[in-house]
Amino acid sequence: MKYAFYPGCTQEATAEEFGQSSKAICRELGIELEEIPDWNCCGASSGHFLDEALADALPARNLAIAEKMGLDTAVVCAACYLRLRATRHKVAGSPEFGKALADRIGMPYEAQYGVKNLLDIIVNDLGLDEVQKKVRKPLQGLRLVSYYGCYIVRPPDIVGFDDPENPTSMDRLLEALGAEAVDWGAKVDCCGGSLILGRDDIALKLLGGVIERAREVDADAIVVACPMCHANLDMRQKGPGPMPILYFTELVGLALGLPEAEGWFRKHLVDPLNLLKGKKLL
Amino acid sequence: MSDNMTPSKNDCDPTFAERVRRESGVAIDRCYQCLTCTLGCDAAYAMDYPPNQIVRLCQMGMKDKVFSSSSIWVCTACEACVTRCPNEIDIPHLMDTLHQMALADGSPVKVPSVPVFHKVFLAPIKLFGRQFEVMMMGLFMLRAGKFSISDIKTNITLGLGMFLRNKLKFIPHRIRDTKAVKEIFRQTLEGRGK
Repeated sequence: MKYAFYPGCTQEATAEEFGQSSKAICRELGIELEEIPDWNCCGASSGHFLDEALADALPARNLAIAEKMGLDTAVVCAACYLRLRATRHKVAGSPEFGKALADRIGMPYEAQYGVKNLLDIIVNDLGLDEVQKKVRKPLQGLRLVSYYGCYIVRPPDIVGFDDPENPTSMDRLLEALGAEAVDWGAKVDCCGGSLILGRDDIALKLLGGVIERAREVDADAIVVACPMCHANLDMRQKGPGPMPILYFTELVGLALGLPEAEGWFRKHLVDPLNLLKGKKLL
Repeated sequence: MSDNMTPSKNDCDPTFAERVRRESGVAIDRCYQCLTCTLGCDAAYAMDYPPNQIVRLCQMGMKDKVFSSSSIWVCTACEACVTRCPNEIDIPHLMDTLHQMALADGSPVKVPSVPVFHKVFLAPIKLFGRQFEVMMMGLFMLRAGKFSISDIKTNITLGLGMFLRNKLKFIPHRIRDTKAVKEIFRQTLEGRGK
């Protein structure tokens, strides 16, 4: 299994632990990642907010380079994932649009290869049996809620590898790792990430609701697949009591017994070390 | 939530609905006001016109009410409405088109810090080809005038927390072919005269 790898900007800065844990678990699971040379930012929410043509051209440059590599692209960040998929979707549906876009970026791009989220790759391409075979430290005693947020599941005609209202891929992965995946009511709610600077009062209300739903079901931690959800929930949550926010990749790494895992958890603002040490997982 | 929705002769711009249809490509006429979008909208509480009313105002050509609304700026683009709409009306894309039209029109912006954020977000990308958070945050504070004591306290606390965990990078990551990215900006956003 080999993919062109699109890390996305946050993996080298605010979500370093997401990038590091993704690469480490792929190595361990036999998923080969070849970084797209000289990749650029996908433009995220701000690209499409201000200009549709920009929102297609920025991802297209990366997709065109990946196409030269002759590989499907693996994406870690949920927002990058939607942006790359949206552009690919338009080109696949209209060769004329693809030609105009190719002129704009000065490179051919014909949507010949797919774009996949790392969660989809691990759960569906690799399969949970393969993951389970490599679990050395089952995550016993951890009550976790899977938070999918927006762009892993919506809009379903562009991104959907899972149910848009009641996705289960992350829950099933956590169970394969030995944790208890708890059902809850905020799986696909929005955390308000795009408003955290522009209107933080709205973002704080939305992310507060997500944390509250997790507390209601007595979760030990919230598991995420998006660096914006993570930053938002980890940095801006309010009491009572800390609610650790963990990337699914970190938990895979922990269950696989990777020694680097503790270093990833040390990068969180809400410290998960007490929780994990209390459960004898670190 | 809304004030008077009844159009008067002076409010209606008959060309506006057509412009919205053309520029967005969104099938606004398919809306039969079932309110599914609004019921599932996490940001609707902060909107002066909830999403279903924005669609209705567009159909009626009430440009000024749409452009001066808070709704078009506080939509989080979470994609829940379009996922659930029985008529597949792409409201997030409609919102993108509407705030782009409002900016091009020079209309007063009800929530100015939102477009300021999106503009400063793109600035480092154009320069380096990648995001550079420290620069983006600095520009945002300057341009949005975020200097209240609570803003500064929040930024210091979070900035320090991130710095101690080595998550703040003070040197931008510059891609090799920055020219290609600058050219993309020139041909798209800047080509539109913004």
